[in-house]
Amino acid sequence: MNEETTTAQVMEAHTHHGHAQFLYVWGALLVLTGVEVFLAYQNLQPVKMLSILLVLSFVKAALIIGYFMHMKFEIARMRWVLMTALVICLGLMSMFFADAARILSIGVRQ
Amino acid sequence: MADAVLHHPEAQVYESPLFGTYSKKLGMWLFILSDSLTFGALLFAYSYARISNPAWPTPFGSHSIVNATIMTGFLLSSSLTMVLAVSAASRGLKKAVTGWLLATMFFGAGFVVLHAMEWNGLQREGLWPISLMLGDKAPAEGTFVHAIPQFGGTFVALTGMHMLHVTIGVIYLGVVALRKKWLPVLVVLWALAFFLTPSSSPFHYGSFAILIAAAICAIILFLKPKDYTPDDVEVAGLYWHFVDLVWMFIFPLVYLMSTRIQ
Repeated sequence: MNEETTTAQVMEAHTHHGHAQFLYVWGALLVLTGVEVFLAYQNLQPVKMLSILLVLSFVKAALIIGYFMHMKFEIARMRWVLMTALVICLGLMSMFFADAARILSIGVRQ
Repeated sequence: MADAVLHHPEAQVYESPLFGTYSKKLGMWLFILSDSLTFGALLFAYSYARISNPAWPTPFGSHSIVNATIMTGFLLSSSLTMVLAVSAASRGLKKAVTGWLLATMFFGAGFVVLHAMEWNGLQREGLWPISLMLGDKAPAEGTFVHAIPQFGGTFVALTGMHMLHVTIGVIYLGVVALRKKWLPVLVVLWALAFFLTPSSSPFHYGSFAILIAAAICAIILFLKPKDYTPDDVEVAGLYWHFVDLVWMFIFPLVYLMSTRIQ
C-alpha cells in the first residue's frame, strides 16, 4: 500500500478479500493448534518440542497480526516501525536466559 | 491531528498522516506494544524459572489439556467473530455489529469461566501463591508445589494477568456493543460472582474486578455518551486480537510443554 492510503481504503482492501479469507485464517489457526496438541503427546525431546512449538506459535501470531489485526493492509512505514520495535524489545529480554543456563551449569550457592 | 486529516471533507489539502491511519488506532497499537512487553516479561520470567529448575513439574493431565484446547478454540473463534464485527461496522450494519460483538463476548466469557474452573482444580492441589505464604495452608511435603514454588508463582502471575485482560476485553466490548444497557448486566454479574461463590474461588476474586470495571464504565458512559463509530469497533478489535495473540504463546509454552503423559 502507498503512503496515501486512508482508513476507508484499508477497510475496503480488507473487506475486498471477503469473509472467506477470515474463515481460512481461522481454520488454519485451529489446525495449527491441533498439531501442537498432537505434538504434546509424542514424547519428543524438550528442546526439539520447544523449537517446533515456538515456530508454530510465531506462524499463528503472524496470521493473527497480519489478517485479524489488519497489519498486512497497513502502510509499510507503520508495519516496519511497530514490528521492529516489538522484535527488538522482546529480543533484548532473551539476555536473561544466559543467567538461567548459568544456574543450571554451576548450581545455586545454598 | 491525524483524525482531522483523514475525516476532513477536503482531506487532500492536508499532508497525509505519517502512519496513514487515525490517531486512536495508532494509540491502541502503542498500548499493545507496551502491553506485549508486560506479557513478554512474565513469559520470560516463567521460562527463566523453568530453565533453572530441572525438576520442573508437569501437572497438566489430559483433562487440563482438553480444557485448555477448548479455551484456545474459544479465543480463536472469538477473533473470527470480532473481525466479522469490524467488517460489518465498516459497511454500516449496526445490528450485525452488535450481534458479532455479543458472540465475541460469549466466547470470551466462556474462556474466562473454563479458565477459572481450571484454576479451581489446581488450587485444590495447593497451587496458589497465598497458600504458599500461609503456614497453615502450606502445600504438603512431597508435592510438586512444595518442591518447586516458582511454578505456582509464575503460572498464576502469567495466566492471571491474561485472564484479567480477557475480562477487561469482554467488558470493553460490552460498552461498545450495548453502551448504558451494559451497566445493569455488569452489576448482576458482580452480584452473582460475589454472593454465589465461596470466598476462596477465583470467581469471587473476579467479582471485584467486575465491580471496579462497572464504576469506570459508568463514569465513561455518563460523562461521554456516544454512538460508537466503525473506528471505535476496529480499535476494540485490535485489543481483543492482542489478547488472543498472547494466548497463542501461553498455551504451548505453559500447558503443552508441561503435559503429564501417563
